[in-house]
Amino acid sequence: MAVITPSGTRESPEAPDKPPQPQRGRAKGSRRWIPYAFLLPALALELLIHFVPIVLGTAMSVLRVTQYQISHWWEAPFTGLGNFRIVLDLDGPTGRSLLQSFLVTLAFTAVVLSATWLMGMAAALALQRPFRGRGLLRTLFLVPYALPAYASVITWRFNFQRDNGMLNHLLGQAGLTDGNPFWLIGQNAFWAECVVAVWRMWPFAFLFLMAGMQAIPQDVYEASSIDGAGPWRQLRSITLPLLSPVNRVLVLVMFLHTFNDFSTPYVLFGAGAPPAGDLISVHIYESSFATWNFGLGSAMSVLLLLFLLLVSACYFALTRRTGHDKDQP
Amino acid sequence: MTHDTPGYRLFRYVTLTLLALFVATPLYVMVTSSLKSLPDVQGEFTWIPASPTLQSFVDIWHTVPLAQYFVNSLLVAVTATVLSVLVAVFASYAMSRWNFRGGSTFKGAVLATQMFPGILFLLPLYLLFVYADQNFGTDLVGTRTGLTLTYLTFSLPFAVWMLVGYFESVPRELDEAAKMDGAGPLRTLLQIIVPAATPGIVAVSIYAFMTAWGEVLFASVLTSEQTRTLAIGLQAYSTEVNVYWNQIMAASLVVSVPVVAGFLLLQRYLVAGFTAGAVK
Repeated sequence: MAVITPSGTRESPEAPDKPPQPQRGRAKGSRRWIPYAFLLPALALELLIHFVPIVLGTAMSVLRVTQYQISHWWEAPFTGLGNFRIVLDLDGPTGRSLLQSFLVTLAFTAVVLSATWLMGMAAALALQRPFRGRGLLRTLFLVPYALPAYASVITWRFNFQRDNGMLNHLLGQAGLTDGNPFWLIGQNAFWAECVVAVWRMWPFAFLFLMAGMQAIPQDVYEASSIDGAGPWRQLRSITLPLLSPVNRVLVLVMFLHTFNDFSTPYVLFGAGAPPAGDLISVHIYESSFATWNFGLGSAMSVLLLLFLLLVSACYFALTRRTGHDKDQP
Repeated sequence: MTHDTPGYRLFRYVTLTLLALFVATPLYVMVTSSLKSLPDVQGEFTWIPASPTLQSFVDIWHTVPLAQYFVNSLLVAVTATVLSVLVAVFASYAMSRWNFRGGSTFKGAVLATQMFPGILFLLPLYLLFVYADQNFGTDLVGTRTGLTLTYLTFSLPFAVWMLVGYFESVPRELDEAAKMDGAGPLRTLLQIIVPAATPGIVAVSIYAFMTAWGEVLFASVLTSEQTRTLAIGLQAYSTEVNVYWNQIMAASLVVSVPVVAGFLLLQRYLVAGFTAGAVK
């Protein structure tokens, strides 16, 4: 790099209490605008589609926006925390169903996240060493990830049909059920939804973990096997510790994807998911668009955002510390 | 290379068999059911089509306006992909080659939007589009334009994240050499950096296309009867009471084949992109 930045120790004629300004960027003088020009389209789009709506949504959460104010919502009456009082009131129907949906989503996330991670990890480990058919299996495992979400969920909806679906036929053949249970209504809806989400999402964990494992140098394994370490020992002492930075990102990303999943319940159940499968995204969607009560919907969205921010902040705080310990044993 | 222990072989055999069955069964159902006749899918499920026929691949185009959905999805996904990659290339160039005020804030903020649920933007964005249509004469609600504009931002975070990594691996000496030859920043980008980062750009394009092709939430609100995408058209049909499952399986197959083929052909680039991102 050609530019030498002035060091802070050099004597400066300026006021001594001013910290030395680090030289930012190599573009100087009149050409300083260039990076901003390249960034401008991305910035404008992000502002328009993401940041402005978030601000507006937060503003709407304190207004009583109903179907009559859709085109001039800013004139809706101010209710302060009124919307939040309604959605958090556990004695009222709105608050109770929101809490129910939140708990269902938590359980769904816990089941799907652990299953997808375990399956992704198992597949990545099983495909870690070369053998005949490895490439074919890897390709097969990635197919659910490449399929459009709605195509896979529609196929599963067919599998879950009571009278002509594959699942009841399979369970009947195996003698595991008497009669044909319903899968898309009642309590079973929760498990149906979990299975579909796992099927769709586990290849992402697999892809990510496989990429992480490929980056571990082969000679680490060779050195350890000379020392007599078996596969189990290698997994615990090499693979898992060296994957921890990958896992740190993967778990958070998967958590957010799963928690916010909309396509699975919406395509699987259509309008009106059964209570056992009522995930939070669909719940907010239905409560906003079924009644056009955008004020309540926005209040729920703001609470959801706060929850996700809190979880992510805690996650970063916790994993930073443990990650540090592992780096320096 | 170390030898596989019997325990590891057993683990590999069991794991791969179970996972392969789990993954392949629905795919098998999709393919075989699309080859069945209507009475065949309406009765008890069978593993093998009684009299295989391609009729459902013909009928589905009349049962639902599949061609129209196809055109809508294709227009939206292709436009969103091209624009999103273009915008991401510019932004990544700025971030990989200049160290400027606000750059890292922008990167952080863009990545943060990935974690927000779509439902959070949906209501206000819908109202914003309604407002723009009424006051500025734009045509964003119920049109392909509004949907394209929205989708284009969905793949931006991943695209920028991945392309910055790729661009940084292109040696800066090449930039300097181009500069000596009198090339401006735009020409340097297009003639030096873009060709060198082609695998990354290909990977990002597949990702952007898949994102737009499979999106459900925004399409369900921002499209009208005429601009419905495949996602919403097929979702609406498959949740009706009396569904011709053989036809809907045929449709699912038809809409999946192009993206799955594209993805599998180019998976090496995507996996490489993930590796670059995961290792950093």
